Amino acid sequence: MKKIGFLMAATALVAAGAAQAERASDGQLNIIYWQAPSLLNPYLSGGTKELEAASLVIEPLARYNETGTMVPFLVDEIPTVANGGVSEDLTSITWTLSEGILWSDGTPLTAADAVFTWQYCTDENSGCAQLSNYNDVESVEALDDRTIKITFSVPKPFPYGPFVGAQSPIIQAAQFAECVGAAAPTCTDANFAPIGTGPFVVTDFKANDVASFAANENYRDPAQPAFATVNFKGGGDAASAARSVLETGEFDYAWNLQVEPEILTQMSAAGQGTVVSAFGTSVERMHVNQTDPNPDLGDERGTAAHPHPFLTDPRVSRALSIAIDREILVEAGYGSAGQPTCNVLPAPAIYASTNNDWCLNYDPDEANRILDEAGWVVGDDGVRVKDGVRLSVLYQTSTNSVRQGTQALVKQMWELIGVETELRNIDASVFFGGDPSSPDTFQKFFADIEMYTNNFDGTDPERYMGNWACAEAPSPETQWQGSNNQRFCSAEYDELVVEFGQTAALEDRAALAIKMNDMLMDSGSIIPLVHRGGVSAHANSLQGVLMNEWDSELWNIADWTRAD
Amino acid sequence: MFAFTIRRLLFAIPTLLAISFIIFAILDLAPSDPTGNLPLTIPPEVRAQIRSSLGLDEPFPIRYALWLNQFFINEPLNMIEGWTGWTIGDGERLRVTSWATRSPVVDLIVERMPQTLWVVGMSQIIAILIAVPIGVISAYKQYSWFDQIGTFVSMLGFSIPTFFTGLVFIVLFSVHLKWFPSIYDTNHVIDSWSSFVFQIKQMIMPTMVLALATAAQLSRYMRASMLDNLQQDYVRTARAKGLSERVVVTIHVLRNSMIPVVTVIALNVPTIFGGAIITEQIFRVNGIGQLLIIGIQGADIPLVQTLTFIFAVLIVMFNLIADVLYGILDPRIRYE
Repeated sequence: MKKIGFLMAATALVAAGAAQAERASDGQLNIIYWQAPSLLNPYLSGGTKELEAASLVIEPLARYNETGTMVPFLVDEIPTVANGGVSEDLTSITWTLSEGILWSDGTPLTAADAVFTWQYCTDENSGCAQLSNYNDVESVEALDDRTIKITFSVPKPFPYGPFVGAQSPIIQAAQFAECVGAAAPTCTDANFAPIGTGPFVVTDFKANDVASFAANENYRDPAQPAFATVNFKGGGDAASAARSVLETGEFDYAWNLQVEPEILTQMSAAGQGTVVSAFGTSVERMHVNQTDPNPDLGDERGTAAHPHPFLTDPRVSRALSIAIDREILVEAGYGSAGQPTCNVLPAPAIYASTNNDWCLNYDPDEANRILDEAGWVVGDDGVRVKDGVRLSVLYQTSTNSVRQGTQALVKQMWELIGVETELRNIDASVFFGGDPSSPDTFQKFFADIEMYTNNFDGTDPERYMGNWACAEAPSPETQWQGSNNQRFCSAEYDELVVEFGQTAALEDRAALAIKMNDMLMDSGSIIPLVHRGGVSAHANSLQGVLMNEWDSELWNIADWTRAD
Repeated sequence: MFAFTIRRLLFAIPTLLAISFIIFAILDLAPSDPTGNLPLTIPPEVRAQIRSSLGLDEPFPIRYALWLNQFFINEPLNMIEGWTGWTIGDGERLRVTSWATRSPVVDLIVERMPQTLWVVGMSQIIAILIAVPIGVISAYKQYSWFDQIGTFVSMLGFSIPTFFTGLVFIVLFSVHLKWFPSIYDTNHVIDSWSSFVFQIKQMIMPTMVLALATAAQLSRYMRASMLDNLQQDYVRTARAKGLSERVVVTIHVLRNSMIPVVTVIALNVPTIFGGAIITEQIFRVNGIGQLLIIGIQGADIPLVQTLTFIFAVLIVMFNLIADVLYGILDPRIRYE
């Protein structure tokens, strides 16, 4: 069998002459994701692993490249106000599909598929995980076979939510027609093997285990993809995934290697592969509770009615911030996957503020001075006291070895400035679970400080910055749902949120985003720690990998080739 | 014996129903959320919609009744249809569906059975093959150097966890010697001699890791039981009759000594189906154990409920089988 395959490949090579790249000429590509994809329909899952696995098959109209710039995929150009694709009043955007794009089953991709995708996701019974990409969409119409017009109910300064990026790919109307709404989960075959326009087609899918792909015969570039098949294995843990690429060489690409940096360095010394990282918008941050989590308050615990006894004072928060040596946190827990940051909005570059860089300067003496000045006196046990209140905080986060390492380091650093810290960690599925009956969710935030990572999809921070509006604060009235976990509330900030939604020019939006970021930093309700990047590893023989945090990491897999 | 078996089987029904209710209640009360592992960029309204599409809005008794119906009526009917090709009713039934994969749980389990049975099942067989001779020889030659080494090795097997031996094996045999793959290929099809050799190669490490741990335990039972029996009067009688040592040990003593060991083996059988969570994770065998742990992490309640319930059934069954085996091995034991 092998021999025949080899002969066939050899004849193909001879036939192709000296052609550099040829479809399916580079054999098998082995990818390992230590979290295995559960299905290949990102609309029913929302998890990164499903999104990335599906990105081999189904595609959006445009993707973000490794610098966060939009690049056309199924269209020839990105619509803008300048080229007439976006209406002057910012309420509609018109996309024109490239000519001759086929689904992998040979039928043509039409505007009707986009219309269907929108209907599929917005059906109220479908439980579509990517619904927020279609926020404010009033209608999606097919003006003709190749023209898609999206109309918004409000002016959209950034109209690239629907059908852009890995979160919002186009699915085939013919395949999913019977799967709309409550029927969505019953279409196992379609959810396991969607038909797409991408470089690969699904040949076999074992849920939570392994997916097999083969090159798409109908892919728009006849020379791509270079690989004939992809073996997409899942399961295990990050360290052994890294080992399979960097040490044993069994796999070509390993995703999301959240491993202690020294282990990765040791493994890459074997010389089989390369560790790559890229930075998006993820920031590991501390939220500083602005409300009092004291259990004695009963039902009013953690609500705006009871401000926190000392953390609403920005001086305390500032002292806590500069008493943290972020360089050490990065070195110990993140390595090349982290950079110290002082902003909750660290990227893209035009939105990144430089006004808070004071926090990069680790200075326990200054922290001590600030606390002295604020009236906190060191008591007999080394803990500061003011008006009978001890400067003692409960610091919680999710269970994860890097986070517990960070907690331990921070506890030591804060000891030097007379702050007592009690540490707590909660299982991630509970902490992030949002169950209103559990006291341990990050929304309830029954602690003084909590730490986790958040980010936003794509490159536009409008929705992300809207997270800290007063109305977003979780409270008993909202069943403890909401994104403003530290319950920061400022009328001025709320006005900026509204203004952001009405501002179109990019420079003005950038200025607004920076102003909002600075307001949050000055309030002391967020202490940013580390700007986190994605870390992956690829075999040295694999070429063309452009690590991307703005879209799927596998966004350009059609360009990947095997070096001889 | 027959009446006893029937009585026990009937008694198992309420037991299992109670178990299924307790499992369901525990899972329901556990503070985990199927949308908990989604990226934070997905807003709470969308999460609420996802939860309601999974049926989490319904009250507890309705969800439990629904599961009972799906598991005890729809799934068996479906299996019968699958085996016979008949269509019962309209053939449209709600099956127990996993929340994470949106596919029927039973199909997932069937898909994972082969690798679990291959790896975990084989490890039990190897463990028995190693443990019984070691136990017998250790007991027969008590305090000999063989016994000392056997004791030492089984203590090691007892005390070193599989996640450690697994890693040592990988570092040694995959990274340094490059003999065996560190990642199990579940797509591998055996269709030729070389592919069979590959299957053996990829099975060796996970199988041996598990077998060593089990063999350590079994050999201790075997040794202790043999020692007990070797002191008995009937052994002296057998020897006095002039029977050869081989006959005394292998026919008389071994058979009597097997009784407690058979219990341990029989009670181990459900764990074969249950997979080996840690070992499967390390070598990415991705069998039942890995399915269960992923289900627990993702709060995939239908999946976890169904799997744990199947384990409960197997445990009850093999308890019964162990009891019946006693009667066969030892005619003095009678159940009436």
